[in-house]
Amino acid sequence: MAIDTKTVARVAHLARIALPEDRQETLASELDTIVAWVEQLSEVDTDGVQPMSSAVEMTAQWREDKVTDGGYPEKIVANAPDPVGHFFSVPKVVE
Amino acid sequence: MNDLLDLSLTDARDGLRKKAFTAVELTEAYLAAMDKTRALNAYITETPDQARAMAVKSDERLAAGTAGPLEGIPLGVKDLYCTEGVLTTAASHILDGFKPPYESTVSSKLWSAGAVLLGKTNLDEFAMGSSNTTSYYGPVRNPWQDKTDPDKALVPGGSSGGSAAVVAARSALASIGTDTGGSIRQPAALTGTVGLKPTYGRCSRWGVVAFASSLDQAGPFTRTVRDGAIMLGAMAGHDAKDSTSANIAVPDFEAALKRGVKGLRIGIPQEYRLKSLANEIDDLWQRGIDWLRAAGAEIVDISLPHTKYALPAYYIIAPAEASSNLARYDGVRYGLRSEGKTLDEMYANTRRDGFGDEVQRRVLIGTYVLSAGYYDAYYLKAQKVRARIAEDFRNAWSQCDVMLTPATPSAAFGIDDKQDDPIQMYLNDVFTVTVNLAGLPGISVPAGLDHKGLPLGLQLIGKPFDEETLLQTAQALEDAAQFSAVAGLRA
Repeated sequence: MAIDTKTVARVAHLARIALPEDRQETLASELDTIVAWVEQLSEVDTDGVQPMSSAVEMTAQWREDKVTDGGYPEKIVANAPDPVGHFFSVPKVVE
Repeated sequence: MNDLLDLSLTDARDGLRKKAFTAVELTEAYLAAMDKTRALNAYITETPDQARAMAVKSDERLAAGTAGPLEGIPLGVKDLYCTEGVLTTAASHILDGFKPPYESTVSSKLWSAGAVLLGKTNLDEFAMGSSNTTSYYGPVRNPWQDKTDPDKALVPGGSSGGSAAVVAARSALASIGTDTGGSIRQPAALTGTVGLKPTYGRCSRWGVVAFASSLDQAGPFTRTVRDGAIMLGAMAGHDAKDSTSANIAVPDFEAALKRGVKGLRIGIPQEYRLKSLANEIDDLWQRGIDWLRAAGAEIVDISLPHTKYALPAYYIIAPAEASSNLARYDGVRYGLRSEGKTLDEMYANTRRDGFGDEVQRRVLIGTYVLSAGYYDAYYLKAQKVRARIAEDFRNAWSQCDVMLTPATPSAAFGIDDKQDDPIQMYLNDVFTVTVNLAGLPGISVPAGLDHKGLPLGLQLIGKPFDEETLLQTAQALEDAAQFSAVAGLRA
């Protein structure tokens, strides 16, 4: 098995998802099945092939480097779970 | 008033202009239909007050002779599009209470064209699914029934299941969805509606909750091909706010419909003839071939050799992009927050509580394939295979103008059917996913019923930015199929 519960725990930490212990076993087996299935890509000869990262060939457009939006902090924090004035709040990060 | 519900968008548009009825009357008919079909759970949020106010404005513009191309047309909008001041959930718990302070480009273009918002439609959570069963707001029931077991609740497909169901159930005249791997075309096929996924870049993605940014594309659900052409005309166009939206003129899609298929070369990809393909699907495909040949098209066998690798490549690329896009849901700026002693704990608890099982699975897969040591073996490899798949299509276009394939491997299945194997669910998109990887336009057209009386669709695939040829072929298919069946659980 390429993906065990230890790998799941490591990846869950990277993804910042607090996985309950009892989910780790199921997920390890599900993810392992998926990864085993995608392994078939190794059959494809991709020597010298450029990786495709954009769906359609297009050149990014230049634009002037200037501020075109903003100036409404109350709208920005309107959906925040626990805003303080025009600020987002988070648990204390520095003791 | 029931006859108002049976009008196509084209007929409703023309009727409104001729003052045969008013926009308010049309909208009221649809609000009543929403009421009557609420058990399908196709809407997450209904916006009747807004709909009435918009319809009043439409009548004013109709009277003043300043009507837009979609004036007074009542629409459902997939709850993945941000709508200003209206709850936008992506069918996820993690966006609890989120009311965007802005409007997506595509929806704002629809309102500028005069359309009326009926409500926000249900979907798979973050558009991840093919059955609409991963929604935090519960599954959508397909308005179509298995005639051998009419009480069995069936899925409408996904991820745009609500948008498909409302069009089939007559609780919206048309709707918009998004398609990342088949999320418009597959539910369209399962609900007997027309579902159009435009070329990547044809419609702006700005203001649409992102799933996999290099694959996502907005498109319409309608009851006819002509309606789809009208909707696309209003949705499409360059947007400075989306750097991947194409700066290409939007043609008159409706005008292309009358061109017919005489002399067009229709490609039949041999790799789509899966050994496991159900006879009913194979027969339908053959009928489609015969219809287009009879209408004057030339049928050409073509090869897309890397087809079988499309789904595995997709299930690396899409989760990888999703894991990155969904990193923003952290309990700080909007939506759900689950408390934690530290910032990290707060993030992890929020994401544990806010994301459903399928979303967690995909975020974890995406994180895994992007993590150190695996990036080259999985993500880079998948991007190279994607290049091979796109190359297959480029080669095939020298032999044909448009391709014809089945839309799905089966008709609608049961909401309660066993779905414990994720890969089995992924296979629903086997015919649609290649189109997203190559960035092409595709359309699903209702073409027949299976032995249970459930709709089946045929898919057409077009060249990049050649939605005109795609639509004119779809029109020929629609004309030949004469699909007139309607869902049992409609309003």
